[in-house]
Amino acid sequence: MSSETALAAGQRARGLAPFLRSQMRNIAPFLTLIFLSGFFAFASPSFATLDNLGNILTQVSVTGIIAVGLTFVILCAEIDLSIASIANVTGIAVAYFTLQESYVNIANIPLPGAVAIILSILLCALLGLVNALGLTVIGIPSFIMTLAMMQIAAGISALLVRGQIAYKVPSLITTLGSGSIGGIPWIVIVAAIMLLGGHLVLTYTRFGRYVYMVGGNREAAEYAGLNVKLILGAVMIISAVCSGIGGMLGVAHFGSAQQNEFDTYLLDSIAAVVVGGTSLFGGRGGIGNTIVGLFVLGVLNNGLDHVNIDSFLKILIRGLILLAALVINVYAQRLREKAVE
Amino acid sequence: MPETRSPILELQGITKSFGGVEALRGVDFALYPGEIHGLVGENGAGKSTLMKIIAGVHTEFSGRFLIDGTETHFRSARDAHAAGIAMVHQELSVAPDLTVAENVFLGNQPTNALGLVQWRRMAREAGEQLARFGIDVDPMSRLGDLPIGLQQLIEIARVLFSGARIVILDEPTSALSPPEVERLFTTLRRLRAQGTSIVFISHFIEDILRVSDTVTVFRNGRKVAETASAATSKGALIEAMIGRGGEALEHSYTDDLMLPQPSESPVVLKVDQLSLARSLKDISFEARAGEVLGIYGFMGCGQQELSRILFGKLKPDGGTLFVDGTPKTFASTAAARRAGVALVPESRRDMLFHQEPVYKNISISILDRISSLLLKPAQERDIAKRQVEQLQIRPPVVGLDLGMLSGGNQQKVALAKWLTYPPKLLVLCEPTRGMDVGAKNDVINIVRDLRTKGLAIIVLSTEPETVLSLADRILVLKRGAVVREFRNEPVSKDRLLEAA
Repeated sequence: MSSETALAAGQRARGLAPFLRSQMRNIAPFLTLIFLSGFFAFASPSFATLDNLGNILTQVSVTGIIAVGLTFVILCAEIDLSIASIANVTGIAVAYFTLQESYVNIANIPLPGAVAIILSILLCALLGLVNALGLTVIGIPSFIMTLAMMQIAAGISALLVRGQIAYKVPSLITTLGSGSIGGIPWIVIVAAIMLLGGHLVLTYTRFGRYVYMVGGNREAAEYAGLNVKLILGAVMIISAVCSGIGGMLGVAHFGSAQQNEFDTYLLDSIAAVVVGGTSLFGGRGGIGNTIVGLFVLGVLNNGLDHVNIDSFLKILIRGLILLAALVINVYAQRLREKAVE
Repeated sequence: MPETRSPILELQGITKSFGGVEALRGVDFALYPGEIHGLVGENGAGKSTLMKIIAGVHTEFSGRFLIDGTETHFRSARDAHAAGIAMVHQELSVAPDLTVAENVFLGNQPTNALGLVQWRRMAREAGEQLARFGIDVDPMSRLGDLPIGLQQLIEIARVLFSGARIVILDEPTSALSPPEVERLFTTLRRLRAQGTSIVFISHFIEDILRVSDTVTVFRNGRKVAETASAATSKGALIEAMIGRGGEALEHSYTDDLMLPQPSESPVVLKVDQLSLARSLKDISFEARAGEVLGIYGFMGCGQQELSRILFGKLKPDGGTLFVDGTPKTFASTAAARRAGVALVPESRRDMLFHQEPVYKNISISILDRISSLLLKPAQERDIAKRQVEQLQIRPPVVGLDLGMLSGGNQQKVALAKWLTYPPKLLVLCEPTRGMDVGAKNDVINIVRDLRTKGLAIIVLSTEPETVLSLADRILVLKRGAVVREFRNEPVSKDRLLEAA
């Protein structure tokens, strides 16, 4: 122990700079968040209020729920492009299995609420399983496999609603998606619980360690006798189920279920994970990073509304922020490799 | 003779540390034009670190760095390259999917006025260069299809002919067969005559003595000796390297060694008629508990593929594996591990997590034995500490990132992860490659200790010394087939080489 303390001291004695450099991936997103918050607080008196904090939290909740699963996938150095489509189809499915008002022209199958929820979760898990099998058994790169799944899930959505809009979902989903308790929206609580759960799994369980090791060096994980395919398959299913939950609550939150409802969530979720500092090369980062990333995105989206900016310019600004985050992500990886070398 | 000339490269008082651990302490080093300078030292003694400083890989250090008498500071390997310094690293770094010619000209393909690659010219010139090296291959064949030894020679050839004034070779001979080593030495001597300066790092002290003009010895990050090669001996160098009576440690295996009576203990692994595409042909053998089976052969003889099949990483085209008498087809490496098979592959880059701490590298294969759902980090660290102590891994800090350890110590970590819950069958590929005498002996002792505990152990190596120092029974593998078995009979390096 004493030698370890001595070494830790030695590492510190090397100076603050190398330590900061190795921690760049965690520090940079945090600084971005502080900078953006400071900027908007200065630029708009309505930004830095408790009410608006509540708005931001609510606005990032659906993205947060989806990003939990995506964090697992990106930690394994894979990608899931089907998250938004799976969210959409699951949200549509839960409405499809619920009795709609008579003016909704969908040939749906009304079932008891609990059954509708279970069937919808099974649906997204099944789609995740297809992703998992394509990736591990057939060996299709996740980028392409989930691109196909994006279309498949969108196709199922289209067949279920046929251009119509459904409004009713089971009451549990309605509560969790649009209700609140003691002034706090349920959807924020669900997102917080799922983020916490994801963090606990990644940090304290054997499975979580395996995720990091597979992402850190897949070849080495295989030589250590880990079942790499099983772990990769599991993260694809986790991702699909998180997306599905996000989709169901999202439908309740928006008050309707329709085609292409979640399209912006693909980019937002990937951005949240990556802006937060989780490495696209796998093995580095975690839910903590994703939470910071969610806030960066949330503050940015919300803040731009407060400063009365050209809404067309907003899109460009978001793109530039994402680019900056990607540059930092790649740069942080390089700095860390240098520090370890 | 060198004293009359001025050094092309001079380092003064170089100090470099990693994570508070000093890898080099006040080292002076000078290299003269037309000199072959040998470097020896145990793993972690600082040789590779010094060379990486010269090659611009490590850019942060203290001390003076002079080229042609001018103080210089490289900011990257590219700067070093521009200054005429080239290095061949210990691990093969070639592009297996490109052609031989593309690999030879990697980064500077001949192009015409439009910037298009001149394929015919490139192929012709690559062929000519390789021919000067005694390598006769089709320059347009895919590099990855060639045997590893040949790939390594081509990589060395590329660097030697790149026009560099200073060439650093880190363990260039470990993957080469004796005739290939000869070819390399001939070329090195020719380049020396043309005025190129060469730094040659090797654990094969005979090789160093044969080819170099000067030898520098490192120990614990310090330079402990520098002498003309003609004025020293293997024994003297080993003594300087390890700082204790070295004679007894290095066995040359030129005399006959008597293999013991074949073991009668239970068969742990039976391999029946195993075959794999072009690599393996009808291989059958048995490995018994408490026995070390050595498998010797030149690079590319099929050893690597065989080891991967035993650990479920590759699927054979035909044949059966029996573990404890039960036929097994491993669907994954996880299945092989559960069946009690462990593999330590030869490449450290592939088998370890360089950005993770030592203890996570050690515990990874036994996590399911020590924890169910939740991790037990304290227990992981305890287990790792015990292994680090037992295997004398330096520095003995389980929280340090693995990448900060020297190569030999990384190799010990790779072994350590299998030792807390010993497997039934331990497959070791090149267990002592690139290791110094002291670490080699440590590994040999560990393997012998495991044998007495009743493990069946298979040691695959292209170094006769490794097999001879460990094995109770030896199979010789040649072009994917078992061509000879040595058991209960005298065996020596010569006899092995002859059989292969």
